[in-house]
Amino acid sequence: MVANIVLSEVEYTHIGKRPIRPDGVDKVIGRAQYGPDITLKGLLHGKVLRSPYAHARIKSIDTSEAEDYPGVRAIITAQDLPFASLSKEELGAGYQALKFASDHVLAGGKVLFKGHPVAAVAAANPHVAEEAAKLIKVEYEELPPVMSVVEAMADGATLLHDDLYTSSLGEISQTASNVAAHARYEKGDVAQGFDEATVVVEREFQTASVHQGYIEPHNGTALWSADGQLDVWCSTQGAFTVRSSMANVLRHPVSKIKVTPMEMGGGFGGKISIYLEPLAALLSKKSGQPVKLVMNRVEVFEASGPAAGSWIKVKMGATKDGKLTACQAELALDAGAYPGSPAMSAAMCAFACYDYPNGLLDAYDVVVNKPKTQAYRAPGSPQAAYAVESVVDELCEKLGIDPFEFRLRNASKEGTRRIEGPVYRRIGLVECLEAARSHDHYQTPVDVQPSGKLRGRGVASGFWFNRGFVSSCNLTLNPDGTVSVVMGSVDLCGTRASIAQQTAEALGIAYEDIKPSIADTDSIGYTFITGGSRTTFATGLATINASQDIKQRMIERAAAIWEAKVEDVEYVDAVLQHKSDSELRMTFKELAGRTLTTGGSITAQCNIDPPGEGNSFAVHIVDVEVDRDTGKVDILRYTAIQDCGKAVHPSYVEGQMQGGAAQGIGWALNEEYFFNGQGQMTNSSFLDYRMPISLDLPMIDTVIVEVANPGHPYGVRGVGETPIVPPLAAIANAIYQATGVRMQSLPITPGKVLDALWSQNGS
Amino acid sequence: MPGPTHVQATINGEEVNFLCEPRQSLLEVLRDVLGMTGTKEGCNDGNCGACTVLFDGRIVDSCLVLGVEIQGREVTTIEGLATADGLHPIQQAFLENAALQCGICTPGFIVASKGLLDEEPGADEGRIRHWLAGNLCRCTGYDKIVRAVLDAGEKMK
Repeated sequence: MVANIVLSEVEYTHIGKRPIRPDGVDKVIGRAQYGPDITLKGLLHGKVLRSPYAHARIKSIDTSEAEDYPGVRAIITAQDLPFASLSKEELGAGYQALKFASDHVLAGGKVLFKGHPVAAVAAANPHVAEEAAKLIKVEYEELPPVMSVVEAMADGATLLHDDLYTSSLGEISQTASNVAAHARYEKGDVAQGFDEATVVVEREFQTASVHQGYIEPHNGTALWSADGQLDVWCSTQGAFTVRSSMANVLRHPVSKIKVTPMEMGGGFGGKISIYLEPLAALLSKKSGQPVKLVMNRVEVFEASGPAAGSWIKVKMGATKDGKLTACQAELALDAGAYPGSPAMSAAMCAFACYDYPNGLLDAYDVVVNKPKTQAYRAPGSPQAAYAVESVVDELCEKLGIDPFEFRLRNASKEGTRRIEGPVYRRIGLVECLEAARSHDHYQTPVDVQPSGKLRGRGVASGFWFNRGFVSSCNLTLNPDGTVSVVMGSVDLCGTRASIAQQTAEALGIAYEDIKPSIADTDSIGYTFITGGSRTTFATGLATINASQDIKQRMIERAAAIWEAKVEDVEYVDAVLQHKSDSELRMTFKELAGRTLTTGGSITAQCNIDPPGEGNSFAVHIVDVEVDRDTGKVDILRYTAIQDCGKAVHPSYVEGQMQGGAAQGIGWALNEEYFFNGQGQMTNSSFLDYRMPISLDLPMIDTVIVEVANPGHPYGVRGVGETPIVPPLAAIANAIYQATGVRMQSLPITPGKVLDALWSQNGS
Repeated sequence: MPGPTHVQATINGEEVNFLCEPRQSLLEVLRDVLGMTGTKEGCNDGNCGACTVLFDGRIVDSCLVLGVEIQGREVTTIEGLATADGLHPIQQAFLENAALQCGICTPGFIVASKGLLDEEPGADEGRIRHWLAGNLCRCTGYDKIVRAVLDAGEKMK
């Protein structure tokens, strides 16, 4: 049995190999500098005072006692943010956006979640800062918390914002609401489609808020110099996004803000938003010294992330031959305290694996008294797939059709038009379904169940768009024949390696001769975040294009040295040669060694916003065992199959598939924000917020299906997000096979399983 | 608040003297007093293992040990594994097996694995998963970590 399979059609010299990552040694010896590792001369440490209430009005803040505490150097509240001194008239149409962004950083009038920042202190050491923060007196008027989308959307619900109106299908509501937006996607006629169906299944599903769970807490260090220059060091998925977000809330020019991205201890979408960085900046401005803030784990849970909780209703109909006739869904995803849930993304992903004639999707972005939700790996898609793939499983059962056969009969393929408009280019869903169906895992019957245990197998598929967006690379040919690649993309988990491999492939030189590094925002062109499964694709294209430029400049330089015409010189396998004079020949390294005396360095850069990102599909198979007495679910065997396009570094591609599957397993079975009646999170530690540990998981087998993306010269498509999409439904479907119970609410805790088993037995 | 205490200990084979406040954890001492930032903080309450060090040869979460407790004792951190001759076999195995993604949990996993393999280089998958149950990784799903530790164990036999 092979654990990790790569189905390749095209081989390259460097692409598809498994070299050691360039940043590897620093990370295994403990030398790599992550955000919290930074230290500066005169560094102060900060602490944030946070709201103990989920929903309350701030009546007063008294910082006087804290200010007198020995060792305290600066204290800030929302009054120190520029927003406090800007009028509605001055800000015009941008008023609400700046209010939300500023209030998120430091609460102004109201606190909207437990853990909402209210004030911050800088002091000589973190203990003093913490002690001083406790001396700040805040008077609150408690308000009823609104904790679920169902509650928030109900008539007469308590409002979080009295100035938030629903933007629905191009119109703005007359009255304030917790629904920030309603979007609809439609094709054909669903009523007619359901009339044509032999079987129709309609079900409701709910999922809890879950956290991205990165092990490194949020951090931010800033130095605001007297001349207005603001330097920031932090762990982020996008240094330029931090810069623009800082410029916005601080009303400070981007040219005066330099953001240096440190090594990043996990993000998964949760390290895009700013939290501590603007507080560090304001505290530095007030104290005149650099200030560092690092969240503790409670703060990470209570005041960053999470991913949206959801309520989703799905209705699907199919003919007796297993052809879908209509697909309909309503999806309400919670945004947390401020608008911006991935409801629309969830809607667009919901039926993306299927080619169906009639569809209707309604998506709602709803505010509740939780931390502002953030992206989490394929935002919105796992929640939607949980609902849709559960209903598909039920359709298959009712129709008596094998789940892969049903999915193949209805699979999206090249030419299928998605409900929101785009038509698929070459995609690999069919190849994934076929690879899954013929895999040893699916072909081997589920093991015999021991007494007291129930076993079952589930499958599900999943989709993510993948993205392009802006990337920048600067390449320099060094005199020793190596090439430095400076990029704006932060390395979350192998970016340096995958970019070095693509550069080596494009130039035809050794992987070890590529020196990748990541620049601060003053030293490279604008680059969008590392996220959206875009970086290997888009930053890869940037370095490939810049490599072509390097080759052309080397041709020009060789021609100048030989006093030949440029068009008579060619670059073949990293050798410069004259097309007709075989005496005129120089290797890559020979020419590199002569650059400094023949006109200077050879450099190239590329700034790119590429179209042609290839969409991504995955299919997962899981075997579970359910303990009849305790309700505990164990994962016995897991296989993840995905169209990854050409896998640049298969080990890190497998790592993405395995890591995404593990996060999905946690989402399905354990992970959940528990809130008490006052809307306060009660499990804000890794002990009580139970992420999968090594004992919970088996080896996770993978199949990389390589359907080349036509939008990239080596066929690369994004990988990282899709693996978290199928596990939720695959596990729910496996539990159904094991127990005969359909679990319609996540996480599927032992308690819920027992309840379901008991009601099944009528006991 | 009592003043700082003088502590003498052996860290990575070298005698070290430092002043620390009674409330400072070993993790804080390593990172903030001694500038050894290879040991990472993930939770500061003993639930993630990112700050794992060897304390007289036993694995501990350094956030749960006070700095003053290492008086006269031996501590090994991630900085103490590689030598001038090269990486420790566990470090090499982590690189070759792509057992790290973001890398923040990696020092803790490597030190914890050393605590196991020094005693039991032949540890099997089940033993390794049990031993590493106190170390959280959010990126890898543990698959490649377990394979790296198996691989390193082979080389350390």
